[in-house]
Amino acid sequence: MDVERTYGEVATRARQSLRDVERVPGVCKPNSILTANNIRREFGGIIAVDVDHFEVQEGSITALIGPNGAGKTTFFNLLTGFDQPNLGSWTFQGKDMSKVASHRTAAFGMVRTFQLTKSLTKLSVIENMRLGATDQKGEKWWNGLFSAVWKGQEAEITERADELLTRFQMSHMRDEYAGALSGGQRKLLEMARALMTNPTLVMLDEPMAGVNPALKQSLNEHIRGLRDQGMTVLFVEHDMDMVHDVSDWVIVMAEGRIIAEGTPDDIAKNSAVIDAYLGNRQGQSLLEEE
Amino acid sequence: MDWNLIFENSLKGFIGINAVYFAIAALGLNVQFGYTGLLNFGQAGFMACGAYGLGMTAHYFDISFWWGIPLGILFSVVLGLLMGIPTLRLRADYLAIVTIASAEIIRLVVRSVKFKTYFGGSDGINGFSSTFRALGNDFGIEESNRYGFWPFRFTGRELWVLIVGWLIVAIFGFVVYKLMKSPWGRVLKAIREDEDAVKSLGKNVYSYKMQSLILGGVIGTVSGMIFALDRGSVQPDNYSRDLTFYILTALVLGGVAKVSGSIVGSMMFWGLFTFMDNFLRQVTKDPVTIGNVTIMKSTQVGQLNYILIGITLILLMVYRPQGVFGNRKEMAFDGR
Ligand SMILES: Nc1ncnc2c1ncn2[C@@H]1O[C@H](COP(=O)(O)OP(=O)(O)OP(=O)(O)O)[C@@H](O)[C@H]1O
Ligand SMILES: [Mg+2]
Repeated sequence: MDVERTYGEVATRARQSLRDVERVPGVCKPNSILTANNIRREFGGIIAVDVDHFEVQEGSITALIGPNGAGKTTFFNLLTGFDQPNLGSWTFQGKDMSKVASHRTAAFGMVRTFQLTKSLTKLSVIENMRLGATDQKGEKWWNGLFSAVWKGQEAEITERADELLTRFQMSHMRDEYAGALSGGQRKLLEMARALMTNPTLVMLDEPMAGVNPALKQSLNEHIRGLRDQGMTVLFVEHDMDMVHDVSDWVIVMAEGRIIAEGTPDDIAKNSAVIDAYLGNRQGQSLLEEE
Repeated sequence: MDWNLIFENSLKGFIGINAVYFAIAALGLNVQFGYTGLLNFGQAGFMACGAYGLGMTAHYFDISFWWGIPLGILFSVVLGLLMGIPTLRLRADYLAIVTIASAEIIRLVVRSVKFKTYFGGSDGINGFSSTFRALGNDFGIEESNRYGFWPFRFTGRELWVLIVGWLIVAIFGFVVYKLMKSPWGRVLKAIREDEDAVKSLGKNVYSYKMQSLILGGVIGTVSGMIFALDRGSVQPDNYSRDLTFYILTALVLGGVAKVSGSIVGSMMFWGLFTFMDNFLRQVTKDPVTIGNVTIMKSTQVGQLNYILIGITLILLMVYRPQGVFGNRKEMAFDGR
């Protein structure tokens, strides 16, 4: 019961901090952990991302939604250094990240998962998890041969990995090859593995895709749990029920631009969003029905 | 048909010096290809680095033989950097192209007339291994003595290289095994599966790939040294593309991403090769004929043997793609 109440408190605090934020695209947040300016990415002729200003409130769960091809994944790729923009800059916790290579973002506390799950199939589940830990002494080649140097750290890492696996109800799969997991379990593993880096910002690209409804509920809980432990979550999702369920704030992209921002309730009523999702004509008829 | 001779020779193929230098080179290739997924098709180039490192001490530098070891290793590190810097950020196939080309460039440069003063041209280099053989003598192995009992019979000269060679196989086998069990090896295996996932977890993939390429290359270099010491000479044309692909065959035969696979694969490769060679030679002592049509002459044994290697490899890929020692369960997750 006690735990339940503290969970509620953090959530309430996150929502309250966003209560007075204006509902306009690209609005400033009271306490932004990730701030992006004038980001632009073109592929040949098409402009995949064209974002003027973008902020993520620290300690909140922010959903990034939008129709297929809106540029959400591309935006994720840019922010995490997996792709380079034609233009633009962004900061994380006040530090300029524009020139930071993808493999260095984890050290800053930013970690992301992928829309197409990247489980390392020929490694066991626990090895996948261990890989996530940063600053491992045994990952230096000159230490590799001397297990005495890294054994202690490896034991700590394993303990942390096992805790996370238990939390994600995957400990029974611990010694299986990741390739033996189902699609939904791989999503879980990828998320748990990302948490091994001890991130402050977790960026999830469609964590619910292909996950069955029962598991979705527990994934929702996990995502809320991350915020309640003090992490900031930014996630891309198409499942509107889930977005409504877990997010404190929603940012809507269409055709590379941010077209709307607000609480889940605001967004559900926003006609620009409905237009973007369903196309103009259908959108109108949908509103008329209401 | 002299079965005793066939048996003795096959056994010598199985544990002989060819199996030794193949095993070392395959271990290096396994680090790169088996564990990290790097398509190095230029292992022969790394082996040439070792052989020429030793050879040049006598031929060009006129320094102690022992300097040849660090010199060869230095060559291979430089070669690894040259191959890796432009390609390791690119898709896997680019490394394949660059490695195969680099190895050929090395071979063509060392056999060229222009650089004969350094590398001895197409004649290669002789007379650099006396220090090494003298050391065997110091350990009490007389070069021209015969040692052992049937079917294990070797001259002192062969025996000394074999002892050193197998010792090196054991050391590198142990080193690779331990490294692949370490967190460092875990990163390499993860890179083989998915680079982007590894990057997102904060590992410098480029640097790890470079480390793997160079470690595998240095191991290959030592293989080239053993090869050169056994022959007592360095011949540029020994380090051609076929060498890399035979080593790759031995590796696949034993099973990739397994230390035992590299070693036993090489032994089986040479055991089978020598057996077929000896067997066919005995069969074709007199040309094989049906009526008055000649089916096969002894001069065709070599070709047929290589055809059989190819067929073996094809059958292996179809029926046992994980090799003899590979893990079938792991192979099941290849459908990406
Ligand atoms: N590597 C690429 N080369 C060319 N065009 C690309 C590339 N990556 C993305 N695009 C284009 O950029 C646009 C945005 O793609 P992106 O994957 O970011 O969309 P998304 O919002 O993630 O869509 P979804 O919801 O379907 O995942 C699309 O029009 C896509 O075709
Ligand atoms: Mg996407």
